Amino acid sequence: MEQFVISILVANRAGVLTRVSSMFTRRGFNIDTLTVGETESPEFSRITVTHRGDKAICDQIVKQLEKMYDVKKVQVMQRDTMAARELLLIKVKHNPEQRQDIMSVTDVFRAKIIDFSQEALVIEIQGASSKINAFIELLKPYGILEMCRTGLVALERGGNCLKDE
Amino acid sequence: MKLKGAQIIIETLIEQGATTVFGYPGGQVIDIYDALYMAQDRIRHIITAHEQGASHAADGYARSTGEVGVVIATSGPGATNLVTGIATAYLDSVPMVAITGNVPNSLIGRDSFQEVDITGVTMPITKHNFFVKTIDELAPTIREAFRIAKSGRPGPVLVDIPKDVQQAVFEYEAAPVVEKDAVPEVNMDAVAEAVKMIAASERPYIYIGGGAITDEAGEEIAALADKIDAPIGCTMMGLSAVPTSNPRWLGMEGMHGHYASSIAQNEADLIITAGCRFSDRGTGNVSKYAKNAKIIHIDIDASELNKNIKAHLGLTGSMKKILAALCEAVEEKKLPEWQARISELKAYTEELERQGDEITPFTAIDAIMEAAEAAGDDIVVATDVGQHQMWAAQRFEFSRPRTFISSGGLGTMGFGLGAAIGAATATGKKTVLITGDGSFGMNLNELATAVTNQTPVVIFVMNNGVLGMVRQWQTLFFDKHYSNTTLQRKTDFVKLAEAFGLPAFRVGQIPGQTCPKACDSCSNMDSCIGTLDELKAVLKQAFAVEGPVLVDCTIDCDAFVLPMLPPGGSIDDIIVDPTAKK
Repeated sequence: MEQFVISILVANRAGVLTRVSSMFTRRGFNIDTLTVGETESPEFSRITVTHRGDKAICDQIVKQLEKMYDVKKVQVMQRDTMAARELLLIKVKHNPEQRQDIMSVTDVFRAKIIDFSQEALVIEIQGASSKINAFIELLKPYGILEMCRTGLVALERGGNCLKDE
Repeated sequence: MKLKGAQIIIETLIEQGATTVFGYPGGQVIDIYDALYMAQDRIRHIITAHEQGASHAADGYARSTGEVGVVIATSGPGATNLVTGIATAYLDSVPMVAITGNVPNSLIGRDSFQEVDITGVTMPITKHNFFVKTIDELAPTIREAFRIAKSGRPGPVLVDIPKDVQQAVFEYEAAPVVEKDAVPEVNMDAVAEAVKMIAASERPYIYIGGGAITDEAGEEIAALADKIDAPIGCTMMGLSAVPTSNPRWLGMEGMHGHYASSIAQNEADLIITAGCRFSDRGTGNVSKYAKNAKIIHIDIDASELNKNIKAHLGLTGSMKKILAALCEAVEEKKLPEWQARISELKAYTEELERQGDEITPFTAIDAIMEAAEAAGDDIVVATDVGQHQMWAAQRFEFSRPRTFISSGGLGTMGFGLGAAIGAATATGKKTVLITGDGSFGMNLNELATAVTNQTPVVIFVMNNGVLGMVRQWQTLFFDKHYSNTTLQRKTDFVKLAEAFGLPAFRVGQIPGQTCPKACDSCSNMDSCIGTLDELKAVLKQAFAVEGPVLVDCTIDCDAFVLPMLPPGGSIDDIIVDPTAKK
């Protein structure tokens, strides 16, 4: 199974996210992550979906998306020409003995502590999903209280834009 | 000019070519009905007995003409009653616009009386749907709904309009009928590739579906078949696209297809498919489907290519244009060996389908065709869903497109009567509804609609006292456990019809009524069945009736639809004679 990153430009209207995500459910296509937000033009939103499966299913997803009224443009991002990032906020327990270790890990991963309290640290990290996964693994022994990740966002490198073409 | 929202709705419907609409009034569409009242000389509204019937009528209207069918319902239960009808239209790609009223914007989301989120409910069964929040977007949205419904692969679109928008006043100016979206140009490289594949083929088979009717590609299909010496088979939805009398016509293939059509498809080395989505009813087990063949798949909907079956070559666009281009580019072929094989298969099929002189589903249909011809009626055939539907699909002969109205994809029991009313209303032609006692029981309330409007519908109930299709499966695959399929209802459809106010005739005894035994233990059902002469005499009278008429005809509860490819099975599992199986 391969991971595909699909960028979808949609009309910025009520209910569009439901329409897009329900198409995935209804056709039995799985979604690993999904992010959505307004674009440089308030008329459009951009949805980024990551999906694991085979190429044939990915082709079907694209074609089914392209049929939808609110969908303006769909692109499967090419791994070697995309810049992709994910953001994680993670809350870990800490005590004086472990604090230095956690801070070292944070440094090595170029993560940032954004909240510091008696019981817990909240750490922010952004990067490729594999880096974030590794970071989570390293923090597990200290006790993860809760975490929240955004899912992948991606843009094509260079001057090409999704809205063109 | 300034008009109320409700008037704008009706004006836009008229402007977009709707001459007859179907529906049912209610609290949140009362303004729309007021506007209909004022415009009644320009647009006809047929009130049905139930919104579901209205949705099927709009569907039948659309299938029989190719025009967009329109249905109107109130909020809440009115809207949810459309759901089965909308899903039926969606699965069979029928152009339909459903207009629903909703509670005023100020009451939306408060679980108000008769409030339901119908755009949410119908999202997966419409091509698109709209909630019209403000009056300025009302007319453009309805026009957009028509454009979406009829463009490309057609389908239903729902427009939900809250009551305050219907009551608001706004400027209206009539606009022209919206054009369908342009279809992609024919890809000549792909056509050239197809030409090569055809040239290399020794056993080509043309396989058509409902898209061939939508695109009016019948002539192009017949011309291509002639040029490359190929037989033509179809899905149930493709029936009537090419006249049955065409010598190359093999008819329906698949789960209950004709023997010749299914076997020839399996033996083909090239299948040229147009407007068909390789439904599981057509293919059986996809891993064993047409293993000897390369597949050329032509469809207006790009997402159909490689969805169910991997095609060796896919072409997206207008079937009519692509087939015409293909026919022009291809070399003429003569394939005597293949034709000899087809003739052999056809001869065996004829033998399998040969009938005696008693009432069987097939002889009954033959008698109906004879009676219609004798009465000079150029009929449209509608069906419900079940055994009778398959018999009708196998046996009726069609001479022009859009004359077979049947729920294929969704398989909606209860579809037939509403759809027949819609088709008869739209075409003005006598419409024969072939139904079964099970399906008919689901929505027979629409008899009232047919009577009120004196709609020319000949209702032919194949009455066997059982849910025959499920019973057939129970016989073949469930050790004759006739769980909940022996109805024991004893309904007298003739008296029922009389109560509704239409003439009716019976041929044979009511199953289970005169005979004390349940049908499934009855060894003597023959005594309930009338004679073919009685049936012919009754049909003659029935076709003389101008308005609606019903014929209740008892048939054998153990008559099978054959051949049968068992569900999930392949062509090797074809059942021709069930008594030969264990």
